[in-house]
Amino acid sequence: MKKGWISYPYILWMIIFTIVPLLLVMYYGFTKTENGTTVLTPDNFIRVMEPTYLKVLWRSVLLALVSTVVCFIIGYPVAMILAGRDISRKSTLVLLFVIPMWMNFLLRTYAWMTLLDRKGLINTLLGALGLPQLNLLYTDFAVILGMVYNFLPFMVLPIYSVLRKIDRSLIEAAEDLGSDTVTVFRKVIFPLSLPGVVSGITMVFMPAVTTFIISKLLGGSQYMLIGNLIEDQFMRVYDWNFGSAVSIIMMLLILLSMGVMARYDKEGTGGGLF
Amino acid sequence: MKKAFGRFYLVLIFAFLYAPVLTLIVFSFNDSRSRGNWGGFTLKWYSALFRDRHVLSSLYYTLTIALLSALIATVAGTAAAIGIHNMKKILKSFVMNLTYLPVISPDIVTGISLMILFVFVRLNLGFTTLLLAHITFNIPYVILSVLPKLKQLNKHMYEAALDLGAKPLYAFFRVILPEIMPGVVTGFLLAFTLSLDDFIISFFTTGSGVSTLSITIYSMARLGINPKINALSTLMFIVVLALLLIVNKRSSANSKNGTAVMNI
Repeated sequence: MKKGWISYPYILWMIIFTIVPLLLVMYYGFTKTENGTTVLTPDNFIRVMEPTYLKVLWRSVLLALVSTVVCFIIGYPVAMILAGRDISRKSTLVLLFVIPMWMNFLLRTYAWMTLLDRKGLINTLLGALGLPQLNLLYTDFAVILGMVYNFLPFMVLPIYSVLRKIDRSLIEAAEDLGSDTVTVFRKVIFPLSLPGVVSGITMVFMPAVTTFIISKLLGGSQYMLIGNLIEDQFMRVYDWNFGSAVSIIMMLLILLSMGVMARYDKEGTGGGLF
Repeated sequence: MKKAFGRFYLVLIFAFLYAPVLTLIVFSFNDSRSRGNWGGFTLKWYSALFRDRHVLSSLYYTLTIALLSALIATVAGTAAAIGIHNMKKILKSFVMNLTYLPVISPDIVTGISLMILFVFVRLNLGFTTLLLAHITFNIPYVILSVLPKLKQLNKHMYEAALDLGAKPLYAFFRVILPEIMPGVVTGFLLAFTLSLDDFIISFFTTGSGVSTLSITIYSMARLGINPKINALSTLMFIVVLALLLIVNKRSSANSKNGTAVMNI
């Protein structure tokens, strides 16, 4: 069993299929081919700084942030209730919470298309009640709703798994020392749950900032987020150099946000979800 | 009071989570094409689905790719896990970082970078590239399922088998493999499910003519609402649900790490 070499084919495989492709993205991002000659240039990155594209970047970050905040506000109480002592059959409830996530991501997003559509269920119900119809699909609201719906479990589960492990005696000690419920929460429970919050935020923000499906299906075909910009460059415009530059910027954005979040999670407990 | 409020809040959240999925399923049996009105019970969308050549061919590709990539990833991943388990510390941490790289990097980046690689080496985008891509993103999950089992293994068992005259290969198949088998099977099922479920990486690494179910759904959904998709989602939901319940049961029975599967 002292045979490290048995994994060498795997290492080779991973170098070819993960490291080399990433290096190629770098290569395309920093070069440009004109008249058959390829030159090293920062042009692609300068182009990202044009107002049109900066607006796309800004909107992606903003929508991802809003969805993260909404997920946190909705999700934290859910995690608390699930982890609370009031609830029996905890594991069944957690399972019930996770099951909708097992439906294909595209289908979950498509489901909202059918609900939000002009002739969809929500508008039909509104009409039956004699209320005015709403333009729900192809709006910022629809995109945020799609993100919250798809990524809510990523916020709840890490927080839940940290809350569940909190030592009950700490809370009891705080209560014995005269703290009321709010103080116990503010001074004991919330600080102890921070590692879960941090990994929850990372796990919601990352897929939200990179998505192109939610924005395409619920925001309409003209709706642009970073993900759509990248997809466009590779699948329609065929400007791989620019697409690669945008991808590199997106990865830097993610690394930056992970770095920021890691500062708040020094113990690296991370909710134990990774 | 607090308890009642908690229950009420949970019910609301569950309604939010389940309403879209249930509507999708209920409307797959709706006779009217409309998304708002109930026109009576029908199975016509299901029969239309099974007569749709494009859907059937994507089903075939989806299953073939999932099965092949999961099988190859399981063999390669198990071998890799054994190697990694026996590595020196520095090399081990390098290889583990390499393993986590595709797990944490965004799917869209994995997708476009693989696409660039395939086009760069003049490989025609299609079945082969799709398979290579799926194997690549599946192997890490197999490794991460097998490694914990290897850590639990008593390392003297293998030596004992050798001392008793077993050839290394024989000892591996008779002693090591049965011990780590639960992890291997979990890894296989996880890889199979992830492959079935993948859209983004497939979207970038496949070419014309070869399309998986996810890709077909995406192109159908982009054109608007189509009751056939409802029928398809109902079927896929049931299959994935069954598969993941099995995986979940296995991993919670095998270790305390029952949440491992929930992270997908």
